[in-house]
Amino acid sequence: MKIDNSLPLEYSTEENRLKILGFWIFLGAEIALFATLFATYFTLVDRTANGPVGGDIFEVTPVLIETILLLTSSFTIGLGINAMRHGSKNAMMIFFIITLALGAGFLGTEIYEFKHYVHIGAGLQVSAFTSILLTLLGTHGAHVTLGLFWGTFIVLQVKKRGLTPETTNKAFIYSLYWHFLDVVWIFIFSFVYLKGMM
Amino acid sequence: MDYFDRFAVPHSSPMIVGSQIAIAVTVLAILVGVTYFKKWGYLWREWFTTVDHKRIGIMYILAALLMLFRGGADALLMRAQTAIPDNGLLDGQHYNEIFTTHGVVMILFMAMPFIIGLMNIVTPLQIGARDVAFPRLNAVSFWLFFWGAMLFNISFVVGGSPDAGWTAYFPLASVEFSESVGMNYYAIAIQIAGIGTLMTGINFIVTILKMRAPGMTLMKMPMFTWSILITNLIIVFAFPVLTVALALMTMDRMFGTNFFTMANGGSDMLWANLFWIWGHPEVYIVILPAFGIYSEIISTFARRNLYGYKSMVVSMVAISVLSFVVWAHHFFTMGHGAMVNGIFSVTTMAIAVPTGIKIFNWLFTLWRGKIEFTVPMLYSLAFIPIFTIGGVTGVMLAMASADYQYHNTMFLVAHFHYVLIPGTVFSVLAGFTYWWPKIFNFQLSERIGKWAFWFIVVGFNVTFFPMFITGLDGQARRMYTYSESTGYGPLNMLSFVGALGLLLGFAFLVYNIYWSTRYAPRNVSSDPWNARSLEWATHSPVPEYNFAIVPEVDSSQAFWDSKNNGPALFKGKYKEIHMPNNSGVPFILGIIFFVWGFAMVFSMWIFAIIATLGIFACMAHRSFEKDHGHHITVEEIEETEKKLRGANA
Repeated sequence: MKIDNSLPLEYSTEENRLKILGFWIFLGAEIALFATLFATYFTLVDRTANGPVGGDIFEVTPVLIETILLLTSSFTIGLGINAMRHGSKNAMMIFFIITLALGAGFLGTEIYEFKHYVHIGAGLQVSAFTSILLTLLGTHGAHVTLGLFWGTFIVLQVKKRGLTPETTNKAFIYSLYWHFLDVVWIFIFSFVYLKGMM
Repeated sequence: MDYFDRFAVPHSSPMIVGSQIAIAVTVLAILVGVTYFKKWGYLWREWFTTVDHKRIGIMYILAALLMLFRGGADALLMRAQTAIPDNGLLDGQHYNEIFTTHGVVMILFMAMPFIIGLMNIVTPLQIGARDVAFPRLNAVSFWLFFWGAMLFNISFVVGGSPDAGWTAYFPLASVEFSESVGMNYYAIAIQIAGIGTLMTGINFIVTILKMRAPGMTLMKMPMFTWSILITNLIIVFAFPVLTVALALMTMDRMFGTNFFTMANGGSDMLWANLFWIWGHPEVYIVILPAFGIYSEIISTFARRNLYGYKSMVVSMVAISVLSFVVWAHHFFTMGHGAMVNGIFSVTTMAIAVPTGIKIFNWLFTLWRGKIEFTVPMLYSLAFIPIFTIGGVTGVMLAMASADYQYHNTMFLVAHFHYVLIPGTVFSVLAGFTYWWPKIFNFQLSERIGKWAFWFIVVGFNVTFFPMFITGLDGQARRMYTYSESTGYGPLNMLSFVGALGLLLGFAFLVYNIYWSTRYAPRNVSSDPWNARSLEWATHSPVPEYNFAIVPEVDSSQAFWDSKNNGPALFKGKYKEIHMPNNSGVPFILGIIFFVWGFAMVFSMWIFAIIATLGIFACMAHRSFEKDHGHHITVEEIEETEKKLRGANA
């Protein structure tokens, strides 16, 4: 394995560079996926039948908590990658653990939010609107859930194996994924919640 | 026993019982046979765990051929049923199932894998690479496709076939109108295969962008590689739409959501839109590689450089963009209004422009060429006029107002078979024959190949041309029978006769494989066709590492140039080569996905949850795994090269 020392560790081998490009293309596919879900949401948002409309069910507090937690976590993972570039393993792990904790907080709040929707009669089967609302949020939530496991695996590997071309590559790719989830959330926040409550 | 009732076919008939027995016997025979000849170890080591792009390509093509015969059997039954008026061979339900599975199998489990198979074998060789960017992921792609296809194929013997057409329009595809588990199979099996295809897309984009031989700039890539690059870009942006559409369908059918329902605000037209936003790019996914294959073959056998290289590339890019903005032409009659129909009419007709440019480029490549009429070339030459008929009728269909006459008639069926068969099917048969000696080191018999060619080409036209006429005359597609007074009888009989001709043609194809494998002379040269691109510069069969020395190129026909006093391709000495290790995990993952899919189809949640955990366990295993591949030493390379040179001397 040829290591190019002029580049950051995560870019230092040919294989690593291929993986990073591959993941960017995967994120392109993810954009197409969420774009489809958003398009479906906009198509069905007014098709509420006898169910509630968005303004009836959205609550500001949990949504704000979720937004703050997720946006902060995107910041802390950036700090984690910065620490990684400086070669400080411990700082990187601490920032990653903070990120995961914030992500878990987001997920917990979202689970509460879902329970609330079902409780007030906005379950999955009520109308086309509730179906797509919960599916869109749920798809994002499922991505976060997967990300929590994935991030935990990476922290464990960094702890055991240190900052190597492989572990840094994984951590960097993971940070791309995490930032992406944040971007999707900004769209959800703007076009689902804000637009729905206005 | 109540638990097992769900697996019974709701609409059984002697034909289905026969199939059940035949499938059970075949599976048993394979298992017993492999055990008896002690081949499990060989299969596992050399095939199930392989990450070699060439072997994965061969498995794709084998599976695709298998599916060709499954889809072909459906097609023959359809033509037999409609051969005479008021025929009772099949009833309406059975006919619905057959045209549904024919469409899905032929597009998703025959055309796509055949093309992906050729692309696996050829692309890395054409760009001078040692493998694809992510060999392990490539194996995952294949096994997901394979087990997805198997899941789809057991539907007609376990639980019931899908029956709402390959387009699965709602509300027909809802639980209300399609009660059996058939449409669950559709939603789940295609989902599994589709995830595999998406990963193939990512894999090949990275491979082509990052792993080309030194000197091969984008505009010096062979045309087939260009077509594959663009195809994979389409895959990456189209398949997520299908993923979402199928997921929503699954939720509507299993969890009572209201996406496509007629009540509670659902929108059935939403399905049609989502389906065709994926579905139209999908037809370009199977046609662009065909264009690439024809470009290679025509230039090789006309002994001329491909005419209009740049315009070929620009046309393909234009087609890929347009492919995403024409979807609504599939349902002009569903009431969008004149404005929307008008726009989609124009975008659709616009596709004829880049396609026409390509047709002229091929014609100009042939112009004053020294044409050699080999089997691959015959298919390519037949493609040009027949595909043009398909294209021109496509422009007819693109006229929204006229489409009210053609919509859902046999005219449409004739049109898309006139593009898909000469386009995709002829091209994969041509590519299969053309690249066969590269893979197996002997050629398929030209004589038998020509018999196959003439039966297929004539049989195809006899089958599908009459449909243009009956279609204009008003015969609707997907009708399982018609009365004698309609007068459709004689032409439908002619179609059936043509279908038998096609059957004979494909029988010749199989016979050719058998005959050539046994009797064809071995050790043909590594460049039997006197071809132009890099795949012919290495040995046949290709060694594991593809090229002992990475080639250096400076044109899109580097190999041709080097044969004709151009610069040498291979400079320098052997160096140690790094190759990926085999792995059984992709195969196991495929099986787990199959179990997951089966459990989902029958709503057996406990099994589904267990299988889901299994899938995540495989992913976790991959995350923690340390796999640095292996190295092939210089001595080993020298030995292999000596042996292979001897074989081709």
